[in-house]
Amino acid sequence: MLDLIVFLISAAIVIAGALGVILSRNPVRAALSLIASFFAMAVLFVMQGAHFLSLVQVVVYAGAIVVLFLFVIMLLGVDEVEDLNTEPIMGQRFFSVLAGIGFFVLVCAGLFASGSFDRSSEFEDIGPVALSGEFENSPALEDESNISSLAYYLFTDNLLAFQATALLLTVVTLGAVILVKDSGAEEDLVGDD
Amino acid sequence: MILTQAWFLVLSAMLFSIGLVGMLIRRNPLIMFMCIELMLNAVNLTFVTFSTSLRDMSGQTAVFFTLVVAAAEAVVGLSLVVMLYRRKPDITVDDLTDLKG
Repeated sequence: MLDLIVFLISAAIVIAGALGVILSRNPVRAALSLIASFFAMAVLFVMQGAHFLSLVQVVVYAGAIVVLFLFVIMLLGVDEVEDLNTEPIMGQRFFSVLAGIGFFVLVCAGLFASGSFDRSSEFEDIGPVALSGEFENSPALEDESNISSLAYYLFTDNLLAFQATALLLTVVTLGAVILVKDSGAEEDLVGDD
Repeated sequence: MILTQAWFLVLSAMLFSIGLVGMLIRRNPLIMFMCIELMLNAVNLTFVTFSTSLRDMSGQTAVFFTLVVAAAEAVVGLSLVVMLYRRKPDITVDDLTDLKG
């Protein structure tokens, strides 16, 4: 019962935040709605026992990515309101909403057809299973914490992907600096000998 | 009413379609970026749901990597947006027609 209440409250905040993002005229308000959505998403992660991921969600997504968005908005001064009523192709907004609703209905139909709506056994003991870290199909670590299990799989089975993401982050940092660097400022860096 | 995996999956589908609609409607590149992040979050929720439901840790490792790649993509995308704004303030994605044949 309690998990249902927590789920419903968090789901409501997630959806409200998402609607706030797509319907706000002001980019700053959209960023703040996104933060609300991310916090509620972190609650949903904790409900399912993914403690490390909820932490990383708050720290990286809400705390770094959205702050980066806000920095860009602040530095570029783009908080003027955008006109939501113009559309480049006629009927674009109507067909977009139709496409979105259609996609949602299609996914729900797929879930119904695959029997997800009947399946209740895997989730009934979500609380005890999640807290104990007992994942039978990942048998290396049982009765260990979530972060230990995740670290075990990151550093053994997925080590190559882990190193690749480290390389990716380095390359992206370098790339961002190169992209944004003002090429006219090179003369200032060379000192007079 | 018991909380099953279907509840989470329906929420994830709803979040993804809201992000999709936002991507199609909005013209400000920053808001379109935020809609991309919404869609990525919906997928992360699906991964974690299946990880718990199937008792497999692979879902959570996939979310870990998705998060890293999303952060990297946000950095590069925002630097591109900064460069675009330098060229012309108040740019929308409709103004990016240089490659138009």
